[in-house]
Amino acid sequence: MNASTQNRIGWASVTPAVLWTLVFFCVPFVAMAVASLYPKGADGLSLANYTQFFANPSYWRALTNSLEVTAMVTVISVLLAYPFAWILAFVVPERWQRLALMLAVLPFWTSYVVRSYSWLLVLAEKGVVNSALVNIGLLAEPIQLANTRGATIIGFVHFFVMLLTLTIFANLKQLSPNYAKAAADLGASPLQSFIHVILPLTLPGIMVGTFLTFVLAIGDYITPQILGGNNELLMPQLIMMQIGRRGDFASASALSIILMAVVTVAYFACARWLKIERA
Amino acid sequence: MTALAAAEHISHQFGPVTVLDDVSLTIAGGSYTVLLGPSGSGKTTLLSILGGFLHPARGRVLINGVDCTGMTPARRPTATVFQDYALFPHMSIGANVGFGLRMKGVAKGSRETRARDMLAIVGLAQSFDKKPHQLSGGQRQRVALARALVVEPAVLLLDEPLGALDLKLRRQMQDELKAIQKQVGTAFVHVTHDQEEAMALADHCVVMNQGRIEDEGTPERVYAQPATRFSATFMGESTLISGEVTSVTGNAISINTAFGTLPIIATAEEGAKVTLAIRPEHLRLIRDSRSISFGSAEVTAVIFQGSFKRVVAVSNTLSGPTFVAKIPATHEVAVGDTVTPCCHIENLLLLTK
Amino acid sequence: MVRAVSILYATILYGFIFLPVAVLVLFSFQGTLFPIPPFNGPSLRWYEAVLGDERLTAGLLNSILVAVVTSAIATFLGFLSAWGFARFPLPGSAFLRGLITLPLTVSYLIIGMGLLIFFNWIGLPKSLVAAGIGHVVINLPLCFAIIYSQMGDHQANIERAARDLGAREWQVLTLVTAPMLWPALFASFFLAMTFSWDEFVIAFLLTRFDTTLPVEIWNLLRAGLNPKTNAVGALVFGVSIILAILFELVAFRKRAA
Repeated sequence: MNASTQNRIGWASVTPAVLWTLVFFCVPFVAMAVASLYPKGADGLSLANYTQFFANPSYWRALTNSLEVTAMVTVISVLLAYPFAWILAFVVPERWQRLALMLAVLPFWTSYVVRSYSWLLVLAEKGVVNSALVNIGLLAEPIQLANTRGATIIGFVHFFVMLLTLTIFANLKQLSPNYAKAAADLGASPLQSFIHVILPLTLPGIMVGTFLTFVLAIGDYITPQILGGNNELLMPQLIMMQIGRRGDFASASALSIILMAVVTVAYFACARWLKIERA
Repeated sequence: MTALAAAEHISHQFGPVTVLDDVSLTIAGGSYTVLLGPSGSGKTTLLSILGGFLHPARGRVLINGVDCTGMTPARRPTATVFQDYALFPHMSIGANVGFGLRMKGVAKGSRETRARDMLAIVGLAQSFDKKPHQLSGGQRQRVALARALVVEPAVLLLDEPLGALDLKLRRQMQDELKAIQKQVGTAFVHVTHDQEEAMALADHCVVMNQGRIEDEGTPERVYAQPATRFSATFMGESTLISGEVTSVTGNAISINTAFGTLPIIATAEEGAKVTLAIRPEHLRLIRDSRSISFGSAEVTAVIFQGSFKRVVAVSNTLSGPTFVAKIPATHEVAVGDTVTPCCHIENLLLLTK
Repeated sequence: MVRAVSILYATILYGFIFLPVAVLVLFSFQGTLFPIPPFNGPSLRWYEAVLGDERLTAGLLNSILVAVVTSAIATFLGFLSAWGFARFPLPGSAFLRGLITLPLTVSYLIIGMGLLIFFNWIGLPKSLVAAGIGHVVINLPLCFAIIYSQMGDHQANIERAARDLGAREWQVLTLVTAPMLWPALFASFFLAMTFSWDEFVIAFLLTRFDTTLPVEIWNLLRAGLNPKTNAVGALVFGVSIILAILFELVAFRKRAA
């Protein structure tokens, strides 16, 4: 096989995927960017959709809400998931680990919409938690749990604890057991071994999980819409509202691009972090 | 030499499998002990028990006269060089070597000095600030050695430390290991399945098989006078001829074999089933007047190995052995030739086990 | 001590993880009109209601169709491109690989928005096809990444051996490469299927009359808390778990072999 045939076969095999990405990902993105520059009701090119974002405090508030909620979700999820993954990897006997892990991520398999709805059942005014607390006398009457930021955070944390447990578990298991043995052999206590060896070695994996959590949480519409309600809006809710209630595609496009810019900044922040770790 | 460490009557099982069966071992101060055996012989399990990574079902481990059987690896005066080295990939070479001292609370300045000194001993003084992935396999091996030695263990345990290296590097590292051991004077216990490595390194060679010690002693003794059939074939090759002791007169015995009755100076009980072993360098293919002859054999393989030829020949005698001989490279012999294997009587090794 | 704390912690987390699912399933058997305490039942009336609901059953079939077809396309394109990039030295390879994996870092909402505007512009109506195109966009990078990571030098040598023995390029691909990578292909197809099956926002933006199950469930939610939603959710959960177990069994057997 000569070089030019080689080249032709190579290009033929990669072109469909590249074209698909160009046509259905890159071009739509450009279309969205262009659309954002033609505000609804104005003639011609204008940055009004962007200036409005910074001028209108309710829009700006949506972004800060999103960042706050996402940051809290990410931190809480990592803190809850790491010890859980550690227990699954090192305390649970080897032969039960697979089962324990499968159980830990079982609710993954409910539909995303249904998962948020289930939390609504739990947190509703007459839901399970309120009924239980009133019945045992801890509460005189039900308190508002649903339609709050707390409910949104609980819904998110539920999902991301499972996701992070899975990634951190995989990370812990792929470490050679000899690292921990070597540390112990050289006189490290279990805590020292964890702080100096295990944690730094799993940090890149945690960063990947953290970034994934951030991206998925900040762009999610369902959880805040079902559990948080419309008391305070997050970015995705604001974007959907532009389309649904106002039919304003241009404004929705501009907000989407702003949201994506935020994610990109986060990506580069994480990417730099990871590189430092690896070098 | 005094006994520095000892394993006494160690037995251990993994599930239904007995991996160590009443094994006792003594390690002399400053010695280089090699545990030699095939995989599954229990040598690595024994090492793990010495290092504290496994607690034996029965038996105890003494180091400097102290019972360490239940002691954690951190607390016992051993240090291990792992097969995959287990260098911490996120730490510099200096930090890796200094890790054990840091855990002991040694101040930064002094632990860096000691780490540098130890790196100098293993020939890596320049690599203090590098990361493990920047080093070659042989260099990582030396870092692992330095990391374990710097905490000044009473016994250094090495789990197939050269297993991941290619042959040439392995031979070179052997020499370095031996030199470093002589320089620091720490007792080394080294696990390997490579008999050449064992012969090159050991002061004390321990041949293990199926959870038991088959033979132990200086490599010269184990090679020249193997205690068992296993030892005679695992530590170097041998041609094995089975037989039965027919008469005992004083220290002369007669052994009935496929090649007739052979007289030997040795002690054995009458009627005992025994094996005669001949090392390849003692087996000749041309008869001379002093030799005992083993009929004729047909050559099935001739392997040229530079300074000598390794010849394999199958006996033409019924239930005769397969002969293995090392002969001078100049000797003309080809596959299909008929040869007459023989050896001097003093080179027949009697194996009763 | 460590053990006791571990068991306590794990129990609490398992409780947290299972609480909503348990409540969901329990109240899907509710006999009365609201899925809130006290529990009256068990009753299968809401399951009957779900199975009798034509919109939900149509949504279910649409979801299966979209999931299977888009995952097959994404796996096929991902496999072809992974093979091309792994085996042929192409100019700009790193850039193009980056391009293919780029959608992984973009929220589904934004991908859906872009496609909505793009399809509007070229006149493609809202439909299952439109949503399916979106699902391939989100799953292609995933399939590509999984399969590409599994294409080692070891396999390249086996392919070389096949070529050496006279196999043509398409034969190498179908008789050697694809069977060798079967676990990766299976994993990426299965993963793509679960993502498509569960995807809401793209389907919500890009479909109108015929739509997928998550969107139909969303429509049900507008009626507030309703045991019918519990029933459909419990059914989806059950089916997904059966699929997950099948995946485990197949993947396990492969690994053991």
